[in-house]
This record gives sequence, C-alpha cells and structure tokens, in this order.
Amino acid sequence: MEAASIPETPSGARQPSRSPLTVVSDNILWILLAVALVVYFVQDPKQTLDDVKTGLSNGTIWALIALGYTLVYGIIELINFAHGEVFMIGSFVAVSLWQSLGVTADNAIVGIVLAILLALVASMLASGVLNVMIERVAYKPLRNAPKLAPLITAIGMSFILQNVGLLWRPTPDSSPDLIGSQKDYFTVFGVAIEHSDVFAFVVTVPLLIALVWFVGQTRYGKAMRATAQDPDAARLMGINVDRTISLTFLLGGLLAGAAGVIYALYNGTIQFNQGFTAGLIAFTAAVMGGIGNLKGAVVGGLIIGVIQSISDTHFGQVWTPAVVFAILILIMVFKPQGLFGEETREG
Amino acid sequence: MSTAAATWRSSTASLRRVPDWAWAVFFVALAILYPYILDQLMTAPDDLLDASIQTLGYIIMALGLNIVVGFAGLLDLGYVAFYAIGAFVIGWLGSQQFPNVNGGKGIHILTPVESAFGRAFPGIHINYFIVIFIAAIFTAFWGAILGAPTLRLRGDYLAIVTLAFGEIVPRVFENATSGIFGIGSTDFSNGRQGITPIDKINFPWTDKAFNYPLELKPVYYVGLGMVLFVIFFNRRLRDSRLGRAWIAVREDEVAAAAMGVNLVRTKLWAYAIGAALGGFSGVFLATYNNTVNVDQFEFGFSVFILAMVIIGGMGNIWGVILGAIALSIFNRYGLKQLNGVPDTVGLDFDVTSINFGIFGFFLLAMMVLRPEGFLPSSRRRLELHEVEFDESPDHLGTETGDAQLYEVRHE
Repeated sequence: MEAASIPETPSGARQPSRSPLTVVSDNILWILLAVALVVYFVQDPKQTLDDVKTGLSNGTIWALIALGYTLVYGIIELINFAHGEVFMIGSFVAVSLWQSLGVTADNAIVGIVLAILLALVASMLASGVLNVMIERVAYKPLRNAPKLAPLITAIGMSFILQNVGLLWRPTPDSSPDLIGSQKDYFTVFGVAIEHSDVFAFVVTVPLLIALVWFVGQTRYGKAMRATAQDPDAARLMGINVDRTISLTFLLGGLLAGAAGVIYALYNGTIQFNQGFTAGLIAFTAAVMGGIGNLKGAVVGGLIIGVIQSISDTHFGQVWTPAVVFAILILIMVFKPQGLFGEETREG
Repeated sequence: MSTAAATWRSSTASLRRVPDWAWAVFFVALAILYPYILDQLMTAPDDLLDASIQTLGYIIMALGLNIVVGFAGLLDLGYVAFYAIGAFVIGWLGSQQFPNVNGGKGIHILTPVESAFGRAFPGIHINYFIVIFIAAIFTAFWGAILGAPTLRLRGDYLAIVTLAFGEIVPRVFENATSGIFGIGSTDFSNGRQGITPIDKINFPWTDKAFNYPLELKPVYYVGLGMVLFVIFFNRRLRDSRLGRAWIAVREDEVAAAAMGVNLVRTKLWAYAIGAALGGFSGVFLATYNNTVNVDQFEFGFSVFILAMVIIGGMGNIWGVILGAIALSIFNRYGLKQLNGVPDTVGLDFDVTSINFGIFGFFLLAMMVLRPEGFLPSSRRRLELHEVEFDESPDHLGTETGDAQLYEVRHE
C-alpha cells in the first residue's frame, strides 16, 4: 500500500510497545462509531443497511474531494481551502453543458452516455485547470511566507469563487436527471440499490485505480512522492518541483470535477454554496483518514458518508452538519493523525 | 519625484514630532464631537451615524480578533461564534424570550419593570451595562473551552477547528427551538425568526430607556465609551507580561517556551480575551439592531472581521481600527458606488450581493502584495518579510526561509 500513499515522514517512526488499554483509548473514536453502527443495526437492520448504502454512495463524492485535499496537503502542507469551490465549479460546468446541449432523460441511451462522458471530461478539465490557476495566483507567491499567509489567501480565493458561482447561478438549479437516479437497479438484502448509487461507484472506482497507478507507477507520481518527502532533495535530483506541485493541483482538481458531476446527478440540485459545506465535509474525511494518505482519504470519505446518513435518520437532517463538524473537532483534538496517518508532532 | 518624496518625508517627520498623547487627545475629541460635526455638515446625518454606530461594534470585534491573530499569531476563522454567543446572552437576559420565569412576572435588575401601560414585562431583563460583562465572561469561557483541547494543534489545523466551531454554534442556535440535541424543551432561540425585540439600553440609575433609532447620539456615546475602554484595555494588555508573551509565542514558539513562557496558558488567554471582546461587541450590536437572528452569524462575517484585521495591519491597534472603519464604511457605501461597474463591462448584477467575494479579493490581494497591512506594526512587518531580509545579500549568514514552508518534524 506504500505505493498508494504519500509518506509523511521518511524514516520509520519509533513504535513504542502498546498495551491493550492504550490501543483502546487511542482508537476510542472508531470503537464508539462501530458500536453505534452495531446498535443501530440490531435495532433496525433494514433501515441501517439502507443508511449505509446511501452513505457509501454519498461517500464516494466526499472521497474524491478529500483526495484533492490530501494530495495537496501531502505535497506542500497547505489546506487548499478553495478546493470545495473547485468542486462546485465542476458541477456547474456539467449542468451548463447539459443545459446548452439540451440533453434530457428522454434522449437515446447512447446520447445520454455520451453527454455524461463529455460532461465528465469538461468538468474535470475545467476544475483541474482552475485548481492549477488558484495555485499560481494565490499560493505560489507565498511559498516562503509564514504558514498562515497562504491559508488566508485560500479563504480569499474560496470567497471569490463562491461569488463567481453566485453570479453564475444565483438560485439553486436542478440538473437533468440523466440516469433516472431514483429508479431501483437491483435489490440486495432488501436494500434497493438505485441507479445513482451504481453511477457513483462506476465513475469513482476507475478514477481511484487510475490515481493509484499514476502516483505509484509513473515517473510523475514518483516525482510527487519525492517532492512530498523532501522538496530540496527532490530539486537536487533534477525534479521540477514547481511543475510537480502544479501537477498535484491538477490531479486534485480533476477528481473534484468528477465529484461535481456525480454530485449533480446524484442530488439533482446544484447551488453556489454547495462547495463550502462539501469542502468542510471532505476535509473532515481527509483528516479522518490521515491527511496526506490517499487510502485514508477514500476510507474517510466513505465513513463520513455513512455517519451522515445515519445521523440524518437518528438525529434529523438539521443536526447532521453539526454532527460532522463536531466529529472533525474531536478527530483533530484526539486523533490528529487519523486512521492511517503517521504520528505527527501533535499526534 | 525626489523633491516630492523629500517634502513628504519632512512633513511626516514633523508629524512624528507631535507627541503621542496629543494625537490621542485629538482623535478622542474628534470622535466625541463627531455626531455634532455630522449635524453641521449634512442635513440628514442619521444614516451615516447609524453606519458609524455599527462600525463601533465592528471595531471592538476587530480589536478582539487582533488579539488572537495579530498578537498571538493564531488564525481564528470562527470568530462569528463569539458574536453569536454574546448576542444570544443579551437575547436571553434582555428580552421576553423566557416568559415563564418567576411565575410570569419576570426578573428585572436595574431595568424598567413596567411598560407605559402599567403591565409588568415578563422574561428576564437585566441592565445592559451588567449584561455586557456577563456576556464577556460567558464568551471568554467558551473561548477557553474551544481553546483548551485544540491549542496543541498546529496553526492550520487550529484554524479549521475554529472554523468548524464557528459553523456549529449558529446551527445549534438555529435548531435549539425545543431543547438542544433533542434534550429538554426550552426554546432558546426562536429558530429562524430570532429573538426580537431586545431591551433598549438604559443607565442603571434611571428607568428611562434610550430612544433609538430616533435618537442615535446616546447609543453612539455608549459604543464610543466601549471602544475607548477596549482600546485602553488592548494597549495595556499588549505591553503587559501576557502581551509580550503573546508576541514571543507568535515569533517563535520553541524559543518562547525555552524562555519559560507557558505556551498553553498564553494561547488560552489570547483565545479567551479575544472571545470576550467578541461577546462584548455582540451584545452591543444585538441591542442596537434590536434583534438576534442566526442569519447574521455566517462564516462570511468571520472573514469580514478577519479582512479588517489583515487590511489594517495585523498586530497594530490603530491599523486594525482603521481597517474596521474602512471596510465597514466600504461595505455600507462603497459597494453601492461600484454598482455601475458591471454595466460598463456588459454584465448585469448587483455588486452588493457579492460583497464577501470582494472582501475575499481584498484578503487575497493584501496577503500577496502587502501582507503587513496598510498600517503595519513594524515588528509584524519584519516577521512577514523575514525571508526577504534573510536572503538579501547584505544580511549574511542566517538560514534561509525553507523552514517556514516545510516544518521540521520531530520523530
């Protein structure tokens, strides 16, 4: 799995021998979450399975966005706060494309598939290029500034893009339901798997495989990992660090664009402020998995999705954002290295 | 060009000869006479005076955030939470939100007990001048609660935790119409309608309440008094042992700790005091606006206040005040002036609707072009340009700035 993760610290961290008690207290968050899941399952198996299914499908969106956070954080230790907005722009591009082409669910199946593929390509490219531009404008001039400086420009960038979205679509807009998202595809254990669930996985899984291959097997991926480990040494070895950083932003943007397309088809509505909440949720996912770790971002995204749908059922939808943000705070405070991350200074 | 520069330099030099206390007296006198000056200058000064009163509230918040961001160097993205908490404190202690307390007769402390028609006001009514301090203590407490577990975190993680906190607090208030998280059944917030009206300010020694929005001058002076108090407080604090510890922590945590500064306690005080000022101002703004409504407490507001601190000059009290005045007046009047701009480039939209985008642009532009702000604290400017100074050829032998970006991690 080493190939798929951007290692944070080069040398093997000292592993102090751990008693069972510390293992439990270190992982108390995960244990509590698992216990809650089991309790709910015993109470109402069908509802809980349904929640898990919804959560996993939604989780693919968070996973794709979280990968963007984690890639960028792994390489320049910056929280790319504008990443949620990149995702929002991805959704907007896709829906605008469909609207201008006049694609609806009534078109022939070939036309729909082509339209979706076209939208995927267009959204991913738009988001990727946008993300690279954000890096050029907002972060590159501040490479050597104190750490808070790029974080502040990131927030500024996020607000600029959010307001661009506001001008583009002042009110929530609905996406054409190209995949018949509510229709059942098949049923497992009494849980109806809808078209939208299948769609989310059909888009996500190949992208993840491509990403793992790219980071793990190609020269560019090697350059990324080297830059993440030690940018100076990477530069000495002839790696173009600036270009590698741009490439990382491009990859993050591509994934966010794909997430935007899934979101548009899965939820049916898009609006200018979807990126802010999605960004925070995905960031929670990235931290949960261990920021800088690709596998962690995906697992974290899926877990957050499940937590959300379970919270929707048991606390009510109005409390779900508060629940997610509370989990973010708890993880940051008690387990900042996340599920798969290595021990960091504050860990 | 050079003569102009020389003239400028000599004129600033002569300005520098004016002692500080004289400047202070001048500005305080100007602030006190301000409403009367407006009376002389314009026929209907109430709109500008109203904007100025709001600005006073923003100045207090910006000064509070400046303690956290400017002095202690911790980024707080959830400052609006403390505004919300302060506002809800006056909402609870100065309105009819809890009509059933004390058997429906209400609790009154140094406030008018009966309305003009002789009926007792139900609910809790505590004098404004007591509530501002209750709110300050209460928000400081919440600031400490937020800070205590999170201060071990690195700067960017800390920023995100504060952001999450700033998102949670308004949502809790928004949904706490029947208990919190499903516990209890008290209505704490009136949901989206918000709590309104809020008691008018009255001095403790009289039952006669202020009559704003018809008469704005008394509120202005209450706000000005609060601002002057906060400025005095901030200045004394900055030069105190604690203030010096903040600056030491901001510049180099490790060195500060080695010199015996207690990091956690120092940061915690920054959070608590910054939060207290947010609550202090929250009470003022909520009372003046006569409503406590969750719609006010959005993330954009945190960024609005942050932009004031950044644009004015992190760490410099006068810079922050200038930033607060400039941004709030710009928000109120400047944006409308820009409304013609989209037309000229062939677009059609209302500039005021994208105000937060414009503040975002300010943040971005400031951080890239002039991170120390327009009126910087000289010390902060040196820190923010550390790398350039270190790398300049006439400054030999120090390490380069790479450590800024990739921090040394302890195994």
